Amino acid sequence: MSQGAVGGGTLASLVSERAVIVCCGSGGVGKTTVSATFALAAARLGRRACVVTVDPARRLADSLGVQSLPNTPTEVEGDWPGRLHALMLDTKGTFDDLIHTYARTPEQAEGILGNRLYQNLTGALSGTQEYMAMEKLHELVESGEFDIVVVDTPPTRNALDLLDAPRRLTRFLENRLFRALLLPTRMSLRAVGLATQALLRTLSKVAGAEIVQDAVGFFQAFEGMEEGFRTRAGAVRTLLADPSTAYVVVTSARPDAVAEASYFAGKLAERQLATAALVVNRIHPRFGDGARPPTGVPEPLAGLVANMTALNDVARREEGSYAALAAQVAPAPVGRIPLFGEDVHDLIGLQRTADVLFG
Amino acid sequence: MLHRYARVDMDVGTFCAQSRVLIVAGKGGVGKTTMAAAIARMASTTGRSVLIIELEGKSGITGAFGLAHDLGYEEVELQEAGPGGQGAVRARRITPDDALVEYLEDHGLRRVSKRLVSSGVVDVVSTAIPGIRDVLVLGKVKQLEREEAADLIVVDAPATGHAITFLTSASGMVNAARGGPLRSQAADVVELLGDPARCRVVLVTLPEDMPVSETIESAFTLEDKGGVQLGPVIVNATDPVPEGLEVSAQEAAAGTDVKGSLLAALEEARLFRLERHGISAHQVERLARELPLPQLLVPSLPVETIGAVETDLLAHALAEAVLRLVPEAVPDR
Repeated sequence: MSQGAVGGGTLASLVSERAVIVCCGSGGVGKTTVSATFALAAARLGRRACVVTVDPARRLADSLGVQSLPNTPTEVEGDWPGRLHALMLDTKGTFDDLIHTYARTPEQAEGILGNRLYQNLTGALSGTQEYMAMEKLHELVESGEFDIVVVDTPPTRNALDLLDAPRRLTRFLENRLFRALLLPTRMSLRAVGLATQALLRTLSKVAGAEIVQDAVGFFQAFEGMEEGFRTRAGAVRTLLADPSTAYVVVTSARPDAVAEASYFAGKLAERQLATAALVVNRIHPRFGDGARPPTGVPEPLAGLVANMTALNDVARREEGSYAALAAQVAPAPVGRIPLFGEDVHDLIGLQRTADVLFG
Repeated sequence: MLHRYARVDMDVGTFCAQSRVLIVAGKGGVGKTTMAAAIARMASTTGRSVLIIELEGKSGITGAFGLAHDLGYEEVELQEAGPGGQGAVRARRITPDDALVEYLEDHGLRRVSKRLVSSGVVDVVSTAIPGIRDVLVLGKVKQLEREEAADLIVVDAPATGHAITFLTSASGMVNAARGGPLRSQAADVVELLGDPARCRVVLVTLPEDMPVSETIESAFTLEDKGGVQLGPVIVNATDPVPEGLEVSAQEAAAGTDVKGSLLAALEEARLFRLERHGISAHQVERLARELPLPQLLVPSLPVETIGAVETDLLAHALAEAVLRLVPEAVPDR
């Protein structure tokens, strides 16, 4: 069938063998639904599965029961041999947990959590949400409670935000300015280089003196935790590059979404990460033999023929737009999800999607 | 015919003259950039000069005018002024780093500006002051508006989610009363966003469940949190039911020799179209009910890529929608 490409395994083999599935793609293509469907498929195969959702649509979140208790796996009851858990990512909460883990004393943790710069960090430093999704993934894998963890990713405009997220955060925390800002408190201000003084003055002038105080306070409070954070980020990076981690590129059949998916797959390839599967969502159906418009149809049916031809044209254009992407990620299997009458927002919809993708 | 065109021009002209800045926002994949291009094209046909500002890389706005190159900080002409009295369309990109360097240079800090960016200090600053990037970018837009850089400035905003942060961070910064001299910049931006004679936000959506829900949510958030003035909502890919689908294929085929699988396929296709249209109509109606903003319904185009010809078609469709939108707003002279 559609997913049975030679050499690249099948969608079913992904959910039966892999330990981690990362679903990537642009916003609005149904990534959350696809992630949940993969986890459900694994549970149907008897595995203990957990799906990490990021910003799910409310109705889907309700039907998965993840909203009341963010950041904690909640079991989704259903008639399958395995177990299905779902979790809604709480970026800030995940970061707070990390701080508690790596702080040497409770006082140090409180000092960081109360700092204004820290409070802004999750919202303002791009890539933080992505990193926390990966961090959560790592935590769930390490817990040993699940055979497979499927993670939905934030609607990233830039693929690099996701793949570079661990590096980006550590770079921020180990910033050269970080050292520069710490110096004045450790030694006399005179010991600080002229260039650094100029930078600090500039910063105060443009951004206000309290900004500099916040930053100094943050980096002071953080002192001594860099090593732990760096090690942790390294572990997350290793997990992301592990052969048991599968990247699934999700797209809708719309040309702009396909273009972004292609860009993303290219970025994965640049890092020697293979696209393990491509899922094309919301595909228009073909009608009749779909090949060419019927000829010699009598006049009363002209409108009906024109309608069918137009719809088949849409389907053909869609196929044309993702055929190149499918070739690009070959031999990765391609899963096709038809355009349903209604968006998938409950367990029944997920089951139906799983039927289509995994048979 | 001539009369009709004159009238379209007048209405569209009124529409395009309502504010100097239009910020086009919407969820990814709804055709936001295409609509920004169509608005620009439409305004240019009324003789107005237009400047399109792109905030994210690779938006494809140049492609919508039949050009291939990427945009940079320098302006590019996408369409000449001239034939038939059309206005010029220019475009440029503004990134937060560009805006920050320019801001620093304007404040006499040319010497260190590059170093601030390259040393990563900018990351720390923008974390210490969330929204500084957005405020600086919008501050630059405000400056262009003040300079009257064009009759109409069309901003292709980041995809919603991010767009909400983008448009509300200035008011957040003003309320927090932090950020030193940046605060006045933020206050200027808040003033711009709050004045419908200067700036309005046009949300683009699709007639589907999720995009409509998100649009409604975004609209209220923008108004409540950002004090942003909203223009009409553009509902993209809203197609009328094609003619000839009123009766079933079986009925239509009575007395002909069409039968079997072809007949079944025709009926299947008919039902599919009617179902899709039903969903679309229902969502348009829900949007109207839950979000009291005028709507501009724009049809989808049966093409894979949007070039100059398609942008022109969409600009016409948009103009038609504008005409339906404000018949009473334009005195019949």
